[in-house]
Amino acid sequence: MTVAFWTSLISGMILAGMPLLFTSLGETISEQSGILNIGLEGMMLVGAYAGFVAALYSRSPWVGVVAGIAGGMVMSAIMVLFCVRLGLDQIVVGIAILLVGEGLTSLLHGAQFGSSYPRLGGMMDIKIPLLSKIPVIGPSVFSQPVIFWLGIALALIVRWILKSTNWGLNIRAAGEKPAALDAAGVNVTWTRTAAVLTTGAFAGIGGAYMAIVGSGIFVPFMTNGLGFIAIVVTMLARGRAMWALAGSLLFGICLQIGTSLQVAGIDIPTDVIFMLPFLVVMVVLVISARQAYLPAALCVPYKRGKKG
Amino acid sequence: MTTNNTVNSSPAVGESVDATAGASAPAVEVLRITKAFPGVVANKDISLSLYKGEVHCLLGENGAGKSTLMNILSGMYQPDEGTIKVGGRTVVIDTPKAAIDLGIGMVYQHSTMIPVFTVLENLMLGATERVRLDRKAAETALADLSGKLAVEIEPGAVTGKLALGQQQQVEIIKALWSGSSVLILDEPTSMLTPQGIADLQEVLVQLKQHGLAIVFITHKLYEAIEIGDRVSVLKQGCVVGRLEPEDLHSKSADELQATIVGMMFGEEARSLSEVAEIKQMSRLQREKRDLSSTLVLEVNNVSVKAGRGEVDVHEVSLQVRRGEIMGIAGVDGNGQRELAEALAGQRKLSRGDIVLTGHQVGRASVAERQKLGLRFVTDDRLGEGMVATLPVSLNLFLKRIGERPFWKGGRIQEEMICDSAESLVRAFDIRTPTVETHCGALSGGNIQKMVLARELSFEPKVVVYNKPTYGLDVKTTRTIRDRIRELSDKKGVSAVLISTDLEELLDLCDRIGVMFRGRLTGVVENHGAGVEAQVGKLMLGGKGDSM
Amino acid sequence: MSDLIDRELTPAVTGSAVEVVEATARAVPRNKWKTSSAQVIRAILAIIVAFIVGAVVILLLGRNPLTFYADIFRAGVLHAGWEDSVTRMSVLLLMGMGYVVAFRGGIWNIGGDGQFLLSAAIIAGAGPPLLSALPMGFALVILSLIGVVVGGSWTVLPAYLRASYGLNEIITTVMMSFIGIYVANILIKGPFRSEQTTVPQTNVMPFEKLLPKIPGTTIPIGIFVALAVVVGLHYVMTRTSIGLRLTVMGANARAALHAGLKVKRLILGAFFASGAFIGLGAAMEILGVWGYMRADWNPKYGLTLFAMVFLARLNALAVIPLTGMFAVLTIGGHAASRNADLPNDFMLLLVGLILLLMTLAELITIGKAGRRLLGQRVVQALRFGREP
Repeated sequence: MTVAFWTSLISGMILAGMPLLFTSLGETISEQSGILNIGLEGMMLVGAYAGFVAALYSRSPWVGVVAGIAGGMVMSAIMVLFCVRLGLDQIVVGIAILLVGEGLTSLLHGAQFGSSYPRLGGMMDIKIPLLSKIPVIGPSVFSQPVIFWLGIALALIVRWILKSTNWGLNIRAAGEKPAALDAAGVNVTWTRTAAVLTTGAFAGIGGAYMAIVGSGIFVPFMTNGLGFIAIVVTMLARGRAMWALAGSLLFGICLQIGTSLQVAGIDIPTDVIFMLPFLVVMVVLVISARQAYLPAALCVPYKRGKKG
Repeated sequence: MTTNNTVNSSPAVGESVDATAGASAPAVEVLRITKAFPGVVANKDISLSLYKGEVHCLLGENGAGKSTLMNILSGMYQPDEGTIKVGGRTVVIDTPKAAIDLGIGMVYQHSTMIPVFTVLENLMLGATERVRLDRKAAETALADLSGKLAVEIEPGAVTGKLALGQQQQVEIIKALWSGSSVLILDEPTSMLTPQGIADLQEVLVQLKQHGLAIVFITHKLYEAIEIGDRVSVLKQGCVVGRLEPEDLHSKSADELQATIVGMMFGEEARSLSEVAEIKQMSRLQREKRDLSSTLVLEVNNVSVKAGRGEVDVHEVSLQVRRGEIMGIAGVDGNGQRELAEALAGQRKLSRGDIVLTGHQVGRASVAERQKLGLRFVTDDRLGEGMVATLPVSLNLFLKRIGERPFWKGGRIQEEMICDSAESLVRAFDIRTPTVETHCGALSGGNIQKMVLARELSFEPKVVVYNKPTYGLDVKTTRTIRDRIRELSDKKGVSAVLISTDLEELLDLCDRIGVMFRGRLTGVVENHGAGVEAQVGKLMLGGKGDSM
Repeated sequence: MSDLIDRELTPAVTGSAVEVVEATARAVPRNKWKTSSAQVIRAILAIIVAFIVGAVVILLLGRNPLTFYADIFRAGVLHAGWEDSVTRMSVLLLMGMGYVVAFRGGIWNIGGDGQFLLSAAIIAGAGPPLLSALPMGFALVILSLIGVVVGGSWTVLPAYLRASYGLNEIITTVMMSFIGIYVANILIKGPFRSEQTTVPQTNVMPFEKLLPKIPGTTIPIGIFVALAVVVGLHYVMTRTSIGLRLTVMGANARAALHAGLKVKRLILGAFFASGAFIGLGAAMEILGVWGYMRADWNPKYGLTLFAMVFLARLNALAVIPLTGMFAVLTIGGHAASRNADLPNDFMLLLVGLILLLMTLAELITIGKAGRRLLGQRVVQALRFGREP
């Protein structure tokens, strides 16, 4: 296990874990407010595609990120309209969003780029002076693109929001007992709307990250189950942002370990590599089966005046 | 120690009221409010006034429209017609926030506290527009208000773990949090012990002295007379009578009762004994019944391990004789539901056994116990008691799926089901368009009748009832209680009657056991004097005189 | 956007039970016929609007929607196209039944694709040796049974986690699905790999030993198996005690417990049946249509069938016409996409739109109380999970 192996592992862990981090932070906010976004992958894909196209034409990664945010928010607006405002079935609408996201991005990509797969140049790399010279950690942690630091900052911000702000308290109340929130004079719909749109924005960043920073390319269906893994991370983190961070990095390892092992000269078939994160999820779920805790009002639409 | 001494000892009913109370203009006026829902007019042309420093009781049976009216005041509903004036100005209360801003605080019948939040978090919810939560300020405010009410509450306590009485105190504090001038309490005594009720009355006295206008919604006539400075009687959405402070202070309890009964039932006033909730059962003394000595149900040292948010049952033992009605009293949440579910077979016993008419049923399934004659009338009639999307006929035989003659070899026999369903509907007076109607379309009272029809058909031997008359109108309540009694007298059907309504237990039961924190702390024979006091003591965890 | 919260339909959290159900009474439709025809109209409406939106999308992409839809029709129905569509229907119907039996029991088996591909891989791998060792009929039956067993077994872990720990099966079935897809690939690229091709795939089973076709057509008799399963399942669901038990559990899990139904057994059984039907579908597909399986092949029937099953309101018989339509869409869509130089994934978009519009349509006719009853299924699936 050489230095190169560890460097590549840590660096890869961060690279692969970042989209998970953004998405699960966002989903944490939604789930705490009582909305389950099965369609998270759809939001990520639209964010990825929007981000990719914007970055390609504007040559600026940050424009891409903003476009990714917009894309994710547009898809999450569907959840807002159908589930938060109209009270329709969250699972069905979520799957619909997934389908629309997959179909739309694949279609648009194929129509626009045909079979040419344009690439973005390396973007956003920075090296923090001095710190980036430390062996192993230096090239892996402190040479990450700026957006990595954005992710860490967001984790801290989300933690602060849920623990110490009014909005955070409202969100948690909306997820536990929306009737109580309503009786306290707070608009449940707006609370959940803001939460879901935030999730869409974060998922959009996650997707944009994958396309712009991660691979520099958009491939249809590129999220490949990441949205669902984000949901698992969120459920296991149980509303704690720091746990979401830890979980994301952990899964980042799973996602990256194949490449790193190849660096170390150990050859493993790609299918096994791809399968690993899902296997790990199952193992984790089996072990912690008793502990997965969902907010009491998850998935229940709120109607003022409805019992229970 | 007597728990309910306020009624027995004070010669003139009602406290001496602060001199300025009621003298000035009303704090809130409700003018000609009308509110209709699909199929029912909840409020018809209602007018009343609330004064500072007064407790205004809104009295009426379940379904009379009291809650609806107060929900209009608290911003949950909008009236179809009529106006509301607060402090002389006409206002529109279109959201709960508007009501809070106007100084109207409401304590709802079903808790609006979030059980997993701490007391402080529940109080801070919705209280401010600022971004950051200010815990220090909230703690100060809590100390201030709890001082005013002369109660002690820990800010860091998890709300769901507090005793029900304390939870209610938190709710009152929450209602007063933003500086309310009007406090509405919806059926606040329904979940309290006699001691808890006395504590609540103390709190109300404190609040009156601080000049609050208080509305107290109740369906218990004796409560209205005792607690109210002013009473408005509602019936089927209309105000049918009022009692002014002068009346309440001058007349005796009996006179007032007669007046109110007259208001509610007009010229056709039937005899007092036919109307429930009028007389306090504690004043009547029950005769002991002659029962056979055969035991139909033996519960031996039963323990049940319950999950998160539920109450474990510890070593409960009781014996029920043939034809006996055994009551189980206790504040909600002391393990009654878990015990009932264990008796029915929905929960596993971790210890002990149950013997039903001589058969060991501790490990038997729900279906097997049903066949042996054990039935369970659940309190969750809308939730587990029925399947809303299935027709009434299938709901009536929900516990007999696959059994002959309704199913033969697994195949459904529709005619058989239909015919049997129809005769049950007739026998139990279930109001439904057809037996094929979705059960969810029925009214609450009829759903309860359906549940009864299901459980009481096919030769029941022991029926476990969990709060069978909760939330129902007087007529249906009467019918159900009569049926329980009739089954016992005429067919020797035993009952385990779990209820939070002490009056109901005193009326029907031969013996009353009390559950406290998952244990049966005592069993009281229900005849002679002082039964209510003994039960009250046991409900608070005291030791019984006879076990 | 104005606040669309409905406060008025049912009384507050504070009201009595009487008031709550009284208000619902008026809202739930009583007339059975009215509801059925209303449902059909709603479904058709949703489909039509989805097609229109799809047409707009195609237009925006610079292609001709009319030619596109015409191509779908031509390739899917005309000439021999209809035979291909009917052939496709067998696998879709069987997978659809897998979803019907699960969803009616309140079980969200979203992992159909993994169960399908894994069963298919094992059948494709075991097929050639079995077919050469045993008489054809015998071998085909055994292979179909293998599909049933593999598909059912792949649900055991999520089923057990749900039944014993109340663990949300949406996540577990999706995870298992991904794992199943990769295991299938590993098998095809590994032990089952054919020596005769460069592209990784299984050995091709001899054409004459595959499922016989209906004389005069290219349609394998698998379609009859599928139809028989559909009719059988419908009968079981609507007229037998076990079907009723499953329906009760799906409609109200607490009532199921109260009624003394053996919930754990029902969950395990429904899960297994679901996977079994999907595995059988894989058998029909491999044994009837392809005769082999390529690596990295994933037709992704699962998610799109999800929409069809919901459109059919979980009624087994209603799934038939809807799958017919969907089969035409996939067969014809393939050709149409090629002609229009678009990726084949237009179907995903269309089906997603149909799903969205269908849920919207619920809003219009059934009213809010009825929708609440529908939504209860989801609540049961997720909430009940916390108290097994």
